[in-house]
Amino acid sequence: MFQYYLDLALRSLKRNKALTALMVFAVALGIGASMTTLTVFHVLSGDPIPGASGTLFYPQLDPQDMDGYQPGKEPPAQVTWIDGMNLLRAHRGVRQALMTGGAVPVQPAQSDLDPFFSDARYTTADFFAMFQAPFLYGHGWNAADDDAKARVAVITRKLNDKLFGGKDSTGQTLRIKDTAFRVIGVLGDWRPNPHFYDLNTGGYRGVEDAFLPLTTFRDLRLDRNGSMDCWGRGGGDEDHLETATCVWLQFWVQLDDASQAAAYKQFLVNYSREQHDLGRFQRPPNVRLRSLMQWLDYNKVVPSDVRLQVYLAFGFLLVCLVNTVGLMLAKFMRRAGELGVRRALGASRRNVFAQLLVESGVIGLAGGLGGLGLALLGLWAVRHQPSDYAELARLDPTMLLTTFLLAVGASLLAGLLPAWRACQVAPALQLKSQ
Amino acid sequence: MDIRPILASLRRHRIPALLIVLEIALACAVLCNAVFMISQRVASIHLPNAIDEAGIAEVTLNGTDPELAGSDIPRNLAALRGLPGVQAAAVVSTLPLSQNNWGWGFGTKPGDALTDRSSRNVSMYFLGSGGDAALGLQVLEGRSFNDGDYADSHFDKSPLPETHVVLVTRSLAGKMWPGQPAVGKTLYATPHYYTVIGVVADVLRPYIGDANSPANYDAAFFPMSAAGSKGALSHYVVRSAPRDRDRLVREAEQKIADLNPGGVAHGRGYPEIRRRYFADMSSMAWMLVLVCVVMLAVTAFGIVGLTSFWVNQRRRQIGIRRAVGASRAHILQYFQTENFLLSTGGVALGMALAFGINVYLMHRYEMARMPWFYLPAGAIALWLIGQASVLGPALRAAAVPPVVATRSA
Repeated sequence: MFQYYLDLALRSLKRNKALTALMVFAVALGIGASMTTLTVFHVLSGDPIPGASGTLFYPQLDPQDMDGYQPGKEPPAQVTWIDGMNLLRAHRGVRQALMTGGAVPVQPAQSDLDPFFSDARYTTADFFAMFQAPFLYGHGWNAADDDAKARVAVITRKLNDKLFGGKDSTGQTLRIKDTAFRVIGVLGDWRPNPHFYDLNTGGYRGVEDAFLPLTTFRDLRLDRNGSMDCWGRGGGDEDHLETATCVWLQFWVQLDDASQAAAYKQFLVNYSREQHDLGRFQRPPNVRLRSLMQWLDYNKVVPSDVRLQVYLAFGFLLVCLVNTVGLMLAKFMRRAGELGVRRALGASRRNVFAQLLVESGVIGLAGGLGGLGLALLGLWAVRHQPSDYAELARLDPTMLLTTFLLAVGASLLAGLLPAWRACQVAPALQLKSQ
Repeated sequence: MDIRPILASLRRHRIPALLIVLEIALACAVLCNAVFMISQRVASIHLPNAIDEAGIAEVTLNGTDPELAGSDIPRNLAALRGLPGVQAAAVVSTLPLSQNNWGWGFGTKPGDALTDRSSRNVSMYFLGSGGDAALGLQVLEGRSFNDGDYADSHFDKSPLPETHVVLVTRSLAGKMWPGQPAVGKTLYATPHYYTVIGVVADVLRPYIGDANSPANYDAAFFPMSAAGSKGALSHYVVRSAPRDRDRLVREAEQKIADLNPGGVAHGRGYPEIRRRYFADMSSMAWMLVLVCVVMLAVTAFGIVGLTSFWVNQRRRQIGIRRAVGASRAHILQYFQTENFLLSTGGVALGMALAFGINVYLMHRYEMARMPWFYLPAGAIALWLIGQASVLGPALRAAAVPPVVATRSA
């Protein structure tokens, strides 16, 4: 039966090529636009560390003075050096890391390469294990290296390819700002997306090319990037960052279950109280312990333009679908005579309804294929944009499936009303007017 | 023209009529909001900026020893001034729209410090000697910096410069001292204070909000000596005639790189800085334009398709009307009026929908309120599209000969 309906559908669609093309084209445009924007949205709102993101938390404290105090206001988005180091040394989480971003002048040993700047992340030992960064060669540093302000570096595959031709460079020397660092690890392909651990330096950039111990960065007075908020007499003087009343570091902690998270939150409250008693904190304890995904959500990391584009594209799809409903209705009603004959020859309403739905399904499938083509074209165009996230705009299997379901589902839905209307035709009336 | 027969006929075709109304309403709602978003982005992309944008080439130099800046900078500048076509050259801390912002809170009363509620966040530009001429700042009141101002200024322990003179933009002056001349007034960031010696035409900040943000021009300019700059001066600005600019970008970058083998030099023209800053915005605007055009085309074809169907269905009635005396113009008018009625219903619904969407977006995405005239403008656009697309099928209807009436089906 299905095959017969399919045959009928194709015949009918062939009879009026312009109308068929118009319907398929409209569905394809709507699907193409929606899928392009939805894919970008899907990529941008993804989980940077699937599987482990539920165990990563971002503690916030409120070390500010009473100036401008309002109860219930959000604490600062970063921590001071003193609080960061205190939390780090307290070791209350399974793992924890304190970090900030920067840029370092790299002086290649090869004479044919000019010195260049490389983005760097200054952090502490647990960073790599906690964020599941994959190592191609070597390993990260340990807590003793942190304490010793060791001149060690972990670099990405990209920097390793550029400086060492992609060979295992562990043990080699990397010159940064006239200081010799020993390469102890090379990271494999790693691009957590969004760049969750520090949203100040761009939400969707790739990872930094060089990772150095935080203590070493301060020891050598390397350049810092990112945001810094100060209060009271804090002035962001680069020589006294350790004692400044400024927040400028990110602190992450790994807590494996809910009870650990609850205990950690209590620890933060107790810590704030203790600091208050010592006179460092002036405000009442005001702490947050957001999980990774909550932190991304709180920071509205997906650009609002991207959300607007999704809305707009779905508005457009709706226009296209209403248009298709109208055209399909016109087409089905024009065939009232033919349908009347089928009904008179014994086809039930249900049969005629099924036949017409098959026809709209064919249009949906063709529109979906066209839409897929347009979505691929749209994503190709997005990839040639200068945004940080441009290179990520690719269709994955989930979105591919969504495209087809959306296309066929939408056009079946669009076919429902016209098919139902066409079934209502009284066969006798149609036969008479013939 | 009597519209009663048209309404009567529409009542018999409720579903197709409703579909046309719905399609026009949706198209109108999306169109109004999309065009409004486009206009906001275009306004941002073209925000005025009172420096000589067309004539500025810039080379950023990083990785040199700040201790040697006192001798390096004059040497570099002398070399740049030697390049053919250079009208002025200077070194500055940052450029408008470069995203490299150094902001600080300033007040108007002694004792105002960074965290006071009354303090206003201002972007600071530090200009090396001749920076005002190299950027092409337009002094509106008072004077610009003199050699003494440049030579006296330096950085000490604080991130604020040790000097006592400042230039402010006209916007900032108007906000700090409304209705009063700004020259001679003082900006405070305790313990520092700076006397306003001049007011310049509005220069954008290195990092701005959206087009309507009132703070986009809150900028102040401070003099800075090369020797006391502690590495803050790293952007070499070379001003020339616009036709020489691109050549000078390359030549200046080469020159700076040759003179500073340990540093990293990167050159670009100012138009590129502006283009890059607004790149995301302009691609969003183009995508909106594309969606609007395609959506209107789809709507128009939809109207053509449905009306054609209608005309075909009513060939006999049209023939009868023609046979009993209706002229071609009458038939044409009939379909045009019908479309006008449907469009009117559609745009009425569409304007309400457009307004609703705008209010929703205002709540969710800090979007501005859409000015009222977008609604009637969108309505007129859809009326015109409706009339244009109905014309073809209506002409075909008018061409139906009266003799059709005498034929059975």
